[in-house]
Amino acid sequence: MAVLVNQETRVLTQGITGATGQFHTRACKEYGTQMVAGVTPGKGGSSFDAIPIFDTVGRAVAETGANATVIYVPPPFAADAIMEAADAGLPLIICITEGIPVRDMVRVKEYLAARSSRLLGPNCPGVITPGECKIGIMPGHIHCPGNIGVVSRSGTLTYEAVDQLTRLGLGQSSCVGIGGDPVHGLEFVDVLELFNRDAATEAVVMIGEIGGSAEEEAAAWIKANMKKPVVGFIAGQTAPPGKRMGHAGAIISGGKGTAREKIEAMKQAGIRMATSPALIGRTLQEALGKS
Amino acid sequence: MNIHEYQAKELLKRYGVPVPLGKVVSTPQEARGAAVELGCRCVVKAQIHAGGRGKAGGVKLARDPADAEKKAAEILGKNLVTHQTGPEGRQVRKVLIEQGLNIDRELYLGMVLDRAQSRIAVICSSEGGVEIEEVAAKNPEKILKELIDPAVGLLPFQCRKLAFALGMPAESVGKLTAMMQALYRAFDECDCSLAEINPLVLTQEGQVIALDAKMNFDSNAFFRQKEILALRDLHEEDPREIEASKYDLSYISLDGNIACMVNGAGLAMATMDIIKLCGGEPANFLDVGGGRCDVLAQGVVDAARELKVNVPLVVRMQGTNVDIGKKILADSGLPIISAETMAEAAEKIVGAIKSKM
Repeated sequence: MAVLVNQETRVLTQGITGATGQFHTRACKEYGTQMVAGVTPGKGGSSFDAIPIFDTVGRAVAETGANATVIYVPPPFAADAIMEAADAGLPLIICITEGIPVRDMVRVKEYLAARSSRLLGPNCPGVITPGECKIGIMPGHIHCPGNIGVVSRSGTLTYEAVDQLTRLGLGQSSCVGIGGDPVHGLEFVDVLELFNRDAATEAVVMIGEIGGSAEEEAAAWIKANMKKPVVGFIAGQTAPPGKRMGHAGAIISGGKGTAREKIEAMKQAGIRMATSPALIGRTLQEALGKS
Repeated sequence: MNIHEYQAKELLKRYGVPVPLGKVVSTPQEARGAAVELGCRCVVKAQIHAGGRGKAGGVKLARDPADAEKKAAEILGKNLVTHQTGPEGRQVRKVLIEQGLNIDRELYLGMVLDRAQSRIAVICSSEGGVEIEEVAAKNPEKILKELIDPAVGLLPFQCRKLAFALGMPAESVGKLTAMMQALYRAFDECDCSLAEINPLVLTQEGQVIALDAKMNFDSNAFFRQKEILALRDLHEEDPREIEASKYDLSYISLDGNIACMVNGAGLAMATMDIIKLCGGEPANFLDVGGGRCDVLAQGVVDAARELKVNVPLVVRMQGTNVDIGKKILADSGLPIISAETMAEAAEKIVGAIKSKM
């Protein structure tokens, strides 16, 4: 058991002929993920590393039975790619692309509201169920199968946390990057709900950052519903207000979305907070009483 | 990206938002000429990318052209310090000369993304002319909000709902509705991240006019907003941030003395945090994107040689080809301090600075 993806997941790559798409499709395949199809309009009929390429997502799904897609399409075309995947009925859409305009994502969210697809990202590393399925750009080798669920808005900071966990002998059930954009698909709450129901997940690491109020909403949900220990960290305690810290969504605006507010809300909800990014693994170990 | 008030007003005017008559100038003589053209008492407004100009002496009334020239001379070239500029302030290079209006009421109108709802929200308040955050803190009940469905846009009934709730006289409701819809069209078509009219004024003659205008734009949309990008004023930005933006690097200048170069935004923020926790002060935020450790190590070594780096340099790497990377650093013969973990790196750099002082 795990969340979102497992060894049964059949993955399609949208934007498979670009450099990023090729590099990561190959890496995911080497990890053991079933990479069954690629889509690049106009390149249908060709193949990449023995993976068949199609002109449309609909065709690719019909021919290969893909049930998840990962998108590496450049920002001007990424919103369209997400909607094409939703139209084709793919249950899981993972968008790695960074730099999609907010206006496009507002329309995507509206489009998805009437459909059954789940969107992860954009501007995220993807999702991995260690030992079974890796979809996205995270380094596979730092992960290890186990019982800790990880959910995060950041990429490399998540790798840091996962690395700490693995070194402490704490494997992961699944690691989910929800992305750093202000308008995105799955929220902390959605992923926490999945981890809460997942028999293989024993505890959860939640990594947030400045900007927005998703961490506060997650904290309220955790307080009311979560049955498993949650350990948290918020990046950006030293970030100045009004400046976008790399991620489009990581900005303190109008005095809202500060690290302090989020840490306070999470503590109130009973989440054990790592005081330093170097202590995420250790804090989880303590929460499990294994220190 | 921000633009100036006069640029925002020119843009909004094209979309049908009523703005006062006015002209932007850069010398006192031109200010006098602009006031003559307007033919009435006018307002001289400093054009800088920061709020709080009025309180800082950047907005002055002028009763005639001679007075406009005098007021413009007082403001132009001045270093204006407002609560948004920081203590160093901003130099005023242009002033906007605008017609004076007979103001009856001042209101607030803004549009911004509501992140929790993933929709653009129209925000209004009867408390115009003050910062909306202040109203939100003191009188949250005075803030009115409508969410915009992107499929149909801002609908007339939503505007009427807001206008009547603001207590607008019936004969001005249609005018406010038209202004709100024009503002949303501008917001949507120009990929705004914030549009604020504060104050929006109702004049004694019953007109609805944007007395001030502030617009921010989504930099992710610049590939399709060349005209907006051309409005960028480099004088208003930190020179180091301008330099970084030429290479598509995400860099933010800070006050400390420990420079950080990190792969990934979240990790970059976390690195700043851990430096602070160890008693140091970060000098910047910098996300240089991903890459292999060997490439990174070679880059660091080459740069340290070329620039003859004479400050302590701590490197911590983790990831693909980390062993090759570490060997490159060790074999370079440079005094690079290596660290295994994040915490160790932060402690070492803070320690190195302390021992130098």
